[in-house]
Amino acid sequence: MSKRAHNLAIGIVAVLVLVVLNLPPATAGRVKLAFAGLFLPLFGIAGSGQSFVDRASYALLTRSTLISEVERLRKENADLRLAALQAQGALAENARLRASLGWTPKAPWKRRAARVVGREPTTFWRNITIDVGARDGMQVNQAVLTGDGLVGRIRDVGTTQSQVALIGDPDCGVSVIIAETRDNAVIQEARSAAIGDGYVTLRTLQNSPDILAGHQVLTSGLGGVFPRDIPVGRIVDTRAVDGGLYTEARVKLAANLNRLEEVWVLTP
Amino acid sequence: MNWLPNTLLFFAAWLAVFAQTQFAPVAGLLGAPLCIVPALVVYAALTSNIAVTTGLVLFAGLALDSLSANRLGASLPPLFVVGLLVHARQHLILRDQVYAQVWLGIGAGWAVPLGTQTLLSMVRPEPISGWPTLWHLVLGAALNGAMCPLCFVLFGRLRDAFDYKPVVESSFRPDRQIKRGRS
Repeated sequence: MSKRAHNLAIGIVAVLVLVVLNLPPATAGRVKLAFAGLFLPLFGIAGSGQSFVDRASYALLTRSTLISEVERLRKENADLRLAALQAQGALAENARLRASLGWTPKAPWKRRAARVVGREPTTFWRNITIDVGARDGMQVNQAVLTGDGLVGRIRDVGTTQSQVALIGDPDCGVSVIIAETRDNAVIQEARSAAIGDGYVTLRTLQNSPDILAGHQVLTSGLGGVFPRDIPVGRIVDTRAVDGGLYTEARVKLAANLNRLEEVWVLTP
Repeated sequence: MNWLPNTLLFFAAWLAVFAQTQFAPVAGLLGAPLCIVPALVVYAALTSNIAVTTGLVLFAGLALDSLSANRLGASLPPLFVVGLLVHARQHLILRDQVYAQVWLGIGAGWAVPLGTQTLLSMVRPEPISGWPTLWHLVLGAALNGAMCPLCFVLFGRLRDAFDYKPVVESSFRPDRQIKRGRS
């Protein structure tokens, strides 16, 4: 009886594994996010708990702390207004020049705020789950960023949640450009899935000895996934690889992937 | 109430998988998320029948893959192999001994992520691997080694509380009592 039961269990699991491993990626993604729906009550409880803790911590702040924070924000707001005014002037000038050259005008970014509700439960990937899905107009491959810089791209979309492949994940290649030297390069997958380290490796398409530590890395817009000029990070150090054919550089990411709480999704 | 301990086992797996996606500061500090599903599978394989063990493997494996970027179903074969091997040798394993529980937990905590990664490496995109992966295996083995005896204690108490008690029969029979003295 026991052996028969074991054989039956082996048969059931083998058939199920073969079926689910051979599902088309789109179907597998939908099945995954449907199964993840089982955890929605827990995600809801965790979100409520977090907002309760936040509210409780706000209640404990002293009046002097709040006043100094308001002062800091007022100053920052004034600085940002000034920067926005300057940027508006530059933007209008850019639009006029583009019009005079007959180039298509740059469309402004539309964005949708999302909250990070879960992280990758293994060390095999760099992945997060956000609380917006197809119901909110999310689509696969939309860029995800914070105010500091690029975070990744949407990998799978469910009804109410989406999974985001972070920079450094094997499934999130990013075509970038070095702002100072205009060298094109590609962000490679991270050697470590520990997202706390905040570094990724970049490889140029040819040897570029001019690239130096401190240079800024931006998205190049090539590849069609990420719009151009989103900050990715800064070069930390460089080295020549493959007999000097290419340059490899370590990049400190602009966005802190270990402390993501809210992100922006760029929508068309 | 025989169904209750098994239901709670599935409930524990549900919570354990969810907990793996939370507590980012703890996972960041330790360098890897905390996974106790292998310890739960070992406990189920040693104390339940093959149907419950297989059900737990299917539920926990699919739940884990659904919250991860893993290919759907990649966690199932390693979890099932561990559950099946332990269940098949259930009668030979000294399951009440703590050291047996610890070593089974260590073995399962090491074998499941290693098996999953090996399986994922066979298809593209390949998962990230490096020194942190080794640390993940060490941490997983240690954690599951510690959690396995704890599962036995916690679920053992639950079983004691909710399972039907065996009827205890005494050898005492009033009609066979020897009565001394004159009546």
